[in-house]
Amino acid sequence: MPDAPARPDLDQLRSEAEAAVDGAGDGAALEELRVRYLGRKSPLTQVLRSIRDLPPEERGPTGQQANRVRQALEGLIEDRTRALETADLDRRLAEDRIDVTLPGDPPLPAGHLHLISQIRRRMEDVFVGLGFNVLEGPEIEYDYYNFTALNHPPEHPARLPQDTFYLAESVLLRTHTSPMQIRAMEESGPPIYVVVPGRVYRPDTPDATHVPMFHQLEGLAIDEDITLADLQGVLLAFARQMFGEATEVRLRPGYFPFTEPSVEVDVSCFRCGGTGVVKEGRCPTCRGEGWIEILGSGMVDPNVLGYVAGSGYDPERVQGFAFGMGIERIAMLVHQVPDLRMLFENDARLLEQFGAGT
Amino acid sequence: MRVPAAWLRSYCDPGTSAQEMADALTMAGVKLERLDHAGVGDAGGFVIGKVLEAGPHPNADRLSVCLVHDGSGDPRTIVCGAPNVAEGQTVAVALPGAVMPDGTRLGEAKLRGVRSSGMILAEDEVGIGTDHAGIMVLDDSLEAGSPLAEHLPVSDDVLELEVTPNRPDVMGVYGVARDLHAVTGAPLADDPTTQDAEPAGADDVTDHASVEIDPEICLRFVARVFEGVRIGPSPLWLKQRLLAAGQRPISNVVDITNYVMLTTGQPLHAFDLDRVRGARIVVRRAAEGERMTTLDDVERTFTSDMALVCDAEGPSGIAGVMGGQISEISDDTTRVLMEAATWVGPNIMRTSKALGLRSEASARFEKQLHPELAIAAQRLASRLMVELTGARLVPGTIDESPVTTGNRVLQLRHDRMERLLGEQIDPTTVEQILTRLGFTLLPGSGWSVPPWRAADVTREVDLIEEVARIYGLDKLPTTLPSRRAAVGRLTPGQRLRRRLEDVLRDRGLYETVSYSFVAPAALARLRLENAPLLRLTNPLSEEQSVMRPLLLTGLLDAAAHNAAHGRDRVRLFESARAFEASGSLDEVPEGSPGGATPATESHHLAGLVTVAQPGGWRTPEIPPDYHSARALVDALMESAGVDWRAEPAERPFLHPGRAAAILSDDGRDLGWVGELHPLVSRGWELEGTVAAFELDLDLLTELAGERPDTYRDVTSFPSVRQDIAVVVPQDVPAADVERAVRAGAGELLAGVGVFDLYRGEQVGEGRKSLALRLEFRAPDRTLTDEDVAEPRARIEKELAELGGALRA
Repeated sequence: MPDAPARPDLDQLRSEAEAAVDGAGDGAALEELRVRYLGRKSPLTQVLRSIRDLPPEERGPTGQQANRVRQALEGLIEDRTRALETADLDRRLAEDRIDVTLPGDPPLPAGHLHLISQIRRRMEDVFVGLGFNVLEGPEIEYDYYNFTALNHPPEHPARLPQDTFYLAESVLLRTHTSPMQIRAMEESGPPIYVVVPGRVYRPDTPDATHVPMFHQLEGLAIDEDITLADLQGVLLAFARQMFGEATEVRLRPGYFPFTEPSVEVDVSCFRCGGTGVVKEGRCPTCRGEGWIEILGSGMVDPNVLGYVAGSGYDPERVQGFAFGMGIERIAMLVHQVPDLRMLFENDARLLEQFGAGT
Repeated sequence: MRVPAAWLRSYCDPGTSAQEMADALTMAGVKLERLDHAGVGDAGGFVIGKVLEAGPHPNADRLSVCLVHDGSGDPRTIVCGAPNVAEGQTVAVALPGAVMPDGTRLGEAKLRGVRSSGMILAEDEVGIGTDHAGIMVLDDSLEAGSPLAEHLPVSDDVLELEVTPNRPDVMGVYGVARDLHAVTGAPLADDPTTQDAEPAGADDVTDHASVEIDPEICLRFVARVFEGVRIGPSPLWLKQRLLAAGQRPISNVVDITNYVMLTTGQPLHAFDLDRVRGARIVVRRAAEGERMTTLDDVERTFTSDMALVCDAEGPSGIAGVMGGQISEISDDTTRVLMEAATWVGPNIMRTSKALGLRSEASARFEKQLHPELAIAAQRLASRLMVELTGARLVPGTIDESPVTTGNRVLQLRHDRMERLLGEQIDPTTVEQILTRLGFTLLPGSGWSVPPWRAADVTREVDLIEEVARIYGLDKLPTTLPSRRAAVGRLTPGQRLRRRLEDVLRDRGLYETVSYSFVAPAALARLRLENAPLLRLTNPLSEEQSVMRPLLLTGLLDAAAHNAAHGRDRVRLFESARAFEASGSLDEVPEGSPGGATPATESHHLAGLVTVAQPGGWRTPEIPPDYHSARALVDALMESAGVDWRAEPAERPFLHPGRAAAILSDDGRDLGWVGELHPLVSRGWELEGTVAAFELDLDLLTELAGERPDTYRDVTSFPSVRQDIAVVVPQDVPAADVERAVRAGAGELLAGVGVFDLYRGEQVGEGRKSLALRLEFRAPDRTLTDEDVAEPRARIEKELAELGGALRA
């Protein structure tokens, strides 16, 4: 059994204070109680201060009892303060309501890469994955690179001003990305595996499928043993990346001055699956043919290699393929854009249609 | 090239549908453009009929009421408007329900009170001729009720083929048949040009006409003379073939020239010899400015590189392109001089392009025909002339042929072919393919190239192509190159460009693509009047006539376009080439320029904003200004890792007080940033402030990545931050203050930035206070206040030189 309290008045003081704290309604009341029961002039402080005046045998028990009371009261006031604060906060937060259905602060609108850039990057990435490097070249070009070294005889009709923009007699806007075949081979010997994206120019009056400036992507692979079958394989891999894994390619004989044999390349229509028919009837993408012509290509003509023989391209020793395709054409096919001219109007409503681009 | 299927089948019939024949040709390199149809779509409802009675119409003078037996039960009554209808005739009848070539379905109708159930046909009504003067009267041996299509080609498929420039041989139906034969193996009929006509009489062609040519423009001129020609309509079969091939029948002689051209690819021209003045043909170059009226009734003016066909007194036709009116065949022509010539292809192409005049003939001549074809075509034409016009072929042929070439002989190495194609083709298959195409194997020497392929097949690789296209490219294996130690990747410059484009994209800019050629007027609106320009000699329009020296105009055009379409707040960028002259364009190296470029091209990245931050329901819109454009440049430079500074600079198109040059550390000019001059914005009808920038990405790429990129310890010891306020004269740029701080602070300074600007009484008139936050760091210890006391003192000294001081 514990000893009887040295000072019964302190316990009484404690119960009185406990009741008062429980009844305190706000922080100010609590502060007043803290001063009254624990302040310098409070009875408890008086007791603690006067301990040294007590007989030595009473000092210990009295001091311990007074400290116990003080700690209890301090804890009590603190708890009560926190409880009141929490209640107060809850009340204030409950009142602090907003309309969460209002729009957020306007962010900067998401930007967009142009459709042509989006497709160009995808194409570049596919060919980089297939081991090709990416090159670019001048858009103002010598006729030597644009025509002569690409096996176009002096009288070739493509050289006429009806088909080529000129800046001077022998200086023109490149009509295709093919001049970079020659520049690339002059620059470095075989083997060479490059693709060349870029702008090209032709004096075509604008209509749904013609504009005077558009983009091409050229490909060139020269090594000791590159075959037409390799061309088919590379383009098949490309087509499947661009148009889907079910895509097939078809090589068809064609004609270009700088390739021999020359081939046109069709891909099976990714819209109708090559059947030529969609739910609504004739497939509009392939016009019911099941195949879509996407590019021209072929084995690099020995005459072309002859122009760069000095850089190590002996037509009897090395061979390879080249291809060129229109980037807009691919973009229009993939995204079903009906009119080429729309790609050059820079209308924000069109630009923001096609995702941000990667 | 329109190839009627029935005509094609008459030379080579693989027994398949028109579509299947077209597919086979397509895969052999003669691509089907479109499968068309000639005549009636469905031959059902068209039958042979017998006119049992033909009497006058009670209510119409010009109509007859006929009773026609169509092979089924009761005769039907047909009202007919043709003047030549008569009892006893065998005729072609369309029964009610038949679909006419124009798609209308024939019904029963009352004509002036008489019910007519059917129609007696004229040739033009089923698309096999042009005659509408009367009904077709057919052979009486035909049985009533038998389908008309069994006797007349009233319904035919037409293959519209796309012919590549190297294949003049398939500009003739027989040439197409040869390819079809090669690819399907179906037998090929004899060449229709092999047989010649029998001449008659004791005279000689030279008694009737003479020919003189300029061998530079005419490789061969073959002429024959026909007398006793009776001009009249061609037989139905010929008219039908011409019509189906897209040629309008005119008269037997003209039709023969067209028919032979469509068969062989060699155009011919028929002269009324009595109207050839002096009975003499002269082929010469035109005099500069010489004029003539062509068959299409247009007077044309020539240049001296064009070739004319003339008679003794003047021009009568443009060689290889179009005849003239002077010696045209007419209804009373009786003597004909038939010409088959070989022209210089490129010359014909130039002439036809220059005159804007393209004909069936020029389309063939420009592909370079072989001189051998001229005589071959004469043989077929002669037979038809004798047969169809009753003419006498005058003995002898005028043949001016300065160039005679034997057939070329080429080697074909099978291993070379396999190496190129990636597929081994069995030698007997190769031999079969080439033989079917008309090549001849000369044992011991090689393959002899037939004349009709002479222009295109000149090397071994061309022979390989011939084999490959007939063998079938679809039979080739699909392989990938066996790579030897080569890796593909984007260059650092290409990756940087993508990154910077993404930086702008991620800051809400839309990428635009504008034409590289612009209007000189647009550059004038930028107040760049005096800049040297790269001008096109043949622009489509003045609006697109100079190569742009900067991208800004394209962005302005795009902003204006969008503003005009209700979107006046835009953030745009473009990534493209800008062009600058770098010397005379007329000095061009002989042979290869060796990698040189005719002009200077640099890749630019430019942005333009008409809004900095869009407004919302509780935030006002922030209009753009210099600083918002500069924020984009800051982001780009940070991403590129390039140290730079902005310096006040003037550009004619920018606000003079709000424009800066973007300079690299070593002072190279990377571009500009600023607010557009109000007059420029107004020039594009843009309201409010427009801010823009343009950077030379090529230069930026050179500089990018020059920062040290090895590890520095930035985490072991904390840095010390100090904020200072600097009072300087009003006109001292912040960049100078920053530079002074850097110079004074020395190596311990890890960073410095302006965070406040104050002007007012407290700092005094003509002065401003800049607040800067400095960060000091040492890699090996925690800095103390004493450590930074010395740099502070030095900073103070540097600032004093700018007329500034640290504010207490």
